[in-house]
Amino acid sequence: MLLRHTPEKISERSALVINPAKTCQPIGAMYAALGIHGCLPHSHGSQGCCAYHRSTLTRHYKEPISAATSSFTEGASVFGGSANMLQAINNIFTVYEPEVIAVHTTCLSETIGDDLKQIKKKAANEGKIPPGKEVISASTPSYIGSHVTGFSTMVRSMAEMAEPTGKKNKKVNIIPGWVEPADMEEIKRLVSLVGVPSILFPDTSGVLNSPLTGEYKMFPGGGTTVAELKSTGDSIGTLALGEWCSSDAARYLDTKCKVPCSVLDMPFGLKATDRFIDALRIVAGTTVPDEIAMERGQLVDMISDMHQYLYQKKVALVGDPDQLIAMTEFLVSLDMQPLHIVTGTPGKKFEKRIREITKDMPHEVNVKAKGDMFLLHQWIKNDPVDLIIGNTYCKYIARDEDLPFVRWGFPILDRQGHQYFPTVGYKGGIRLLEKILGVLLDRQDRDAPEQKFELVL
Amino acid sequence: MATTTKKKLVTWDPANVKEELLKKYPAKVARKRAKQIMINEALENETPEIHANVRTIPGIITMRGCTYAGCKGVIMGPTRDIVNLVHGPIGCSFYAWLTRRNQTDAGPDGENYMNYCFSTDMQDSDIIFGGEKKLTQAIQEAYDLFHPKSIAVFATCPVGLIGDDIHTVTKNMKEKFGDCNVYAFSCEGYKGVSQSAGHHIANNQVFRHIVGENDEVKPGKFKINLLGEYNIGGDGFEIDRIFQKCGITCISTFSGNSTYDQFASAHTADLNAVMCHRSINYVADMLETKYGIPWIKVNFIGANATAKSLRKIAEYFGDKKLIAQVEKVIAEEMPDVEAVSKDIRTRTEGKTAMMFVGGSRAHHYKELFDEMGMKTISAGYEFGHRDDYEGRHVIPDLKVDADSRNIEEIEVEPDETRFKPRKTAKQMAALEKSGYKFKHYDGLAPDMDNGTLIIDDLNQYEAEKLVEIMKPDIFCAGIKEKFSIQKLGVPMKQLHSYDSGGPYAGFKGAINFYKEIDRLVNSKVWSYMKAPWQTNPQLSAAYVWE
Repeated sequence: MLLRHTPEKISERSALVINPAKTCQPIGAMYAALGIHGCLPHSHGSQGCCAYHRSTLTRHYKEPISAATSSFTEGASVFGGSANMLQAINNIFTVYEPEVIAVHTTCLSETIGDDLKQIKKKAANEGKIPPGKEVISASTPSYIGSHVTGFSTMVRSMAEMAEPTGKKNKKVNIIPGWVEPADMEEIKRLVSLVGVPSILFPDTSGVLNSPLTGEYKMFPGGGTTVAELKSTGDSIGTLALGEWCSSDAARYLDTKCKVPCSVLDMPFGLKATDRFIDALRIVAGTTVPDEIAMERGQLVDMISDMHQYLYQKKVALVGDPDQLIAMTEFLVSLDMQPLHIVTGTPGKKFEKRIREITKDMPHEVNVKAKGDMFLLHQWIKNDPVDLIIGNTYCKYIARDEDLPFVRWGFPILDRQGHQYFPTVGYKGGIRLLEKILGVLLDRQDRDAPEQKFELVL
Repeated sequence: MATTTKKKLVTWDPANVKEELLKKYPAKVARKRAKQIMINEALENETPEIHANVRTIPGIITMRGCTYAGCKGVIMGPTRDIVNLVHGPIGCSFYAWLTRRNQTDAGPDGENYMNYCFSTDMQDSDIIFGGEKKLTQAIQEAYDLFHPKSIAVFATCPVGLIGDDIHTVTKNMKEKFGDCNVYAFSCEGYKGVSQSAGHHIANNQVFRHIVGENDEVKPGKFKINLLGEYNIGGDGFEIDRIFQKCGITCISTFSGNSTYDQFASAHTADLNAVMCHRSINYVADMLETKYGIPWIKVNFIGANATAKSLRKIAEYFGDKKLIAQVEKVIAEEMPDVEAVSKDIRTRTEGKTAMMFVGGSRAHHYKELFDEMGMKTISAGYEFGHRDDYEGRHVIPDLKVDADSRNIEEIEVEPDETRFKPRKTAKQMAALEKSGYKFKHYDGLAPDMDNGTLIIDDLNQYEAEKLVEIMKPDIFCAGIKEKFSIQKLGVPMKQLHSYDSGGPYAGFKGAINFYKEIDRLVNSKVWSYMKAPWQTNPQLSAAYVWE
């Protein structure tokens, strides 16, 4: 057994986290920043932080992840990292020539109280920021929130680049939240099909799924441009997908630039996608094209075709709040039964929302925000499930408990596809369903006695 | 074969390459980097000096990690029966969770915590009010849940800044439990200039808190410790297989596939064989001073290097049977190696490699490339020191700077009861007279050809430039470098994690590596960069329908 020391008996833990269902803020800030065109993320802290974030993102995307660090030494930790940061800004603009440097803090620089806005001002005064180039910053100490809040904070910093001109640009801001490059691409496709001119930010499509051509571009073609970010203050409204990932930025634009916003769930699964498309239709004042109705119908068709294999199957889930909320709703809509749900990101609202979605389940659902995968595993040992959905670390639980496993979330370190195949929208729903059915039916085939082994399922 | 194997013309001059690498830097950066880029040339008596183990320049995209990574990730990570508890915000523990590929074999029922990730998950209130209470509680919870024989605590950046006294906390908990050794590592990420400081902090504490805890005499006639072998991809398993076949008993490995008890018994071995000179040579020195165990440098990367190292170990013991057995094992293992080597050399001979990895690995893997007839045209370390490049003779000249001053050096003295010279002074002198070298390492530079480039702490920009100018057939570094190099159309082999491959140590490992490099440099994929319409963009004829 891989997790052989995990006991069935659950004991209260107040200080020890085992097998976390979250990581720290800076990696989220780094991922978000990669969704700005021509942006080099910069980690203001020890060089290990940057190395770890780059490694994790690289393993997840199998793509180069460029980011710089202030490389704190003991001296910088005592006297402040301002000198390191100023030197870094100068070196980055000279050597790598990005359009934007997106700086995020770490627990180290936050604990010693470095003020990024102050440092940036100094850099500007000393002429270290070339004309037309931008330095943005986000405060992301690792001892608050999680990778999700770090992402959200950097997205808010992107919104803070808005420079309203007073003249509306007739576009809608779409904030997709922490989804894959393929999902961002798919959201753009759906938005344009409905006929809504939009600014999507961040946008990692075309950045973290780049082609192999024999040429390396540190700054590939994708990403939201600085001009677009500046223009978000002139948009007619903002659709923020995901309360945890996207609402902060949307509310900032609402308060500061009078750009009204709606916060929707991330469009995973049938119902959340329905609400997203409906919102787009109303915003654009147009009808939904048949092409989208067709895709929806195909998803509904597949649900009905395969309902018998999904019905009442119990599921354990681990991931991030926005994704889990939409996924739980999707599973409930398939007549499946989410049973154990854990996120590492704090926030009581999460538990409340999950309880609402699962209120008609025949059993009580175990749900915990600020939980960990050790607890999830213990729940599974006490109340077995038919399926586990989550990041790659679930494979240790899946193997020990012999569970069908669908990889979905962050990080996925051992399988491919998330960069290229979306799971948002109706088509994404079909893909999710295909993955779920794949593992469930593989299991049925594996376990069927010879006389009951079926050709047609 | 799909790819062209035309031998490339060497058109670069090392001085020009160096100039090209430095051209774009601001003056201050260029001055500093110039000292870390060395054109290897044969001087009369010595190798040229390189600047190493110095600060990374802020903003220059480095390959390096931090002290915590070196301590928790590298040294303590592979030990399976210690609960490694990280005191800090969640990230540091999360990123070091199963991401190094040190394999372990705990058997069906053995203690194995390597698949777990333990953290105190410090919150802002802990930063403000101090985290000692939370740490104490977390240690208690780990003890209550698992009753391990040992709990190790690792400090992350904020812990040192807020002044949590982790050493007192662990000392108290050790006394409280009585049956569990608890100790701590002050391995905050900002210390030192690279992972190397973390190796040192880890090894010092292992030496201080664990080594010597178990005096029980283990069976075995030829007992050694293998220092600086981390069982990446199962390297240690292959080395163990060879040792067993030879009749050599490995008392402890620091720290691949290791247990607490192996460390505790290390002082009972009779020879220390050092693999990774960078991460552990000082432990070998301490074991010699305190317990009287001599040390030699070995290398089990490369079939010839493996044979050489085995002979060196056998020669030390001077036992005729052992010497004969080692020869027998080498004779048994080599034919398979030679058969594969003969085959792949037809496709690898004359190709070129670059390696920028670790603090000894770049040197070790050069052996394997040599065995394949491939030339290493540029190499360097991520966190090596001058002695790893130039040899141990420079150690007395190493300057202690602001960053290395705070990394503790333990002063050890001979143990009152347990110091025991393994050989008499006369025996040692006789061995040395016959050319046997103890405590000896010449470093990477003497093994590199003239006119090659040795570069310390290579960064993203220089890596890209090097590949563009020198066009190696393969480039080796770590995960962060992998895909930017491959986007250039050059295969990239990870020599930290082996890209899920391995083992590459020992005889079977050499075979694996030959095949792997053959696969990489001759893969068809590198010929697919351009689509047909890109190679011939002009429409020159009408389409011919069949």
